[in-house]
Amino acid sequence: MRTAIVDRPIDLNALLAEVARTANGATILFVGTVRDVNNGRAITGMDYTAYTSMAERELADIAGEAVAKFETDDVVVEHRIGTLGLGDASVAIAVAHPHRGSAYEASRYVIEQLKQRVPIWKLEHYTDGTREWVGAHTRARGSGSRQGGLDDQAIVAPPTEIRR
Amino acid sequence: MRGSTLRRRAVVVSAPCGYLSIMTVNVLLFASYADVLGKNQFELDLAPGATAGDVLGHVQALPGAARLPQNPLLAVNERYARRDKVLEPGDAVAIIPPVAGG
Repeated sequence: MRTAIVDRPIDLNALLAEVARTANGATILFVGTVRDVNNGRAITGMDYTAYTSMAERELADIAGEAVAKFETDDVVVEHRIGTLGLGDASVAIAVAHPHRGSAYEASRYVIEQLKQRVPIWKLEHYTDGTREWVGAHTRARGSGSRQGGLDDQAIVAPPTEIRR
Repeated sequence: MRGSTLRRRAVVVSAPCGYLSIMTVNVLLFASYADVLGKNQFELDLAPGATAGDVLGHVQALPGAARLPQNPLLAVNERYARRDKVLEPGDAVAIIPPVAGG
């Protein structure tokens, strides 16, 4: 098992090699990439920022949970931060397991937990030159008027036990 | 960090009485909070017994904060924490607006 927050491109083949063992009959590689549109607005790129020390610990916790829950040590996760362009991989999760069912489930578990718990944020760059933090009601400083319609409660459902 | 030269000192909870008793915590801001408030870190003086929620109350009273996501999560020393968590001197209290990893 290995997890990391990185500030360079993710080497997908290296992740696959890292989980490869002859005991495994199934390998799942999930890759999250920067999409060209979000909420109907055209995007040119994205800045990812993190509370790095906490993000590293939280990501390691999640991978550890997947290892315990699905009984495989072969879980490797990298999340990239910095400025990414369209199509760039922002996150990659490689899971290998003797059987495909658990491999799929473990991969899904890691990405869903990651999206809820790991303190990483993205600033979307739009074709009109404005930028906006995903999930925030407000645009980034100096970028013009506020956009209506975004609901941060709907975008992120944090762990219920920590929200009062 | 960019905000390290900005030291904001304010006591947001009254000391019990009769003597000056203060603890200092380190407040960390990210993403929209850091952008709108113009800093990513500052020190805050609190009375003993103050909670993570008291820090959030202070931050949300800063100019411009009304435009920010109003129900962020909080972390104390890199662990998610409830708002009633009682703080210790030197704690790092992070305001965590809606996360968007992946």
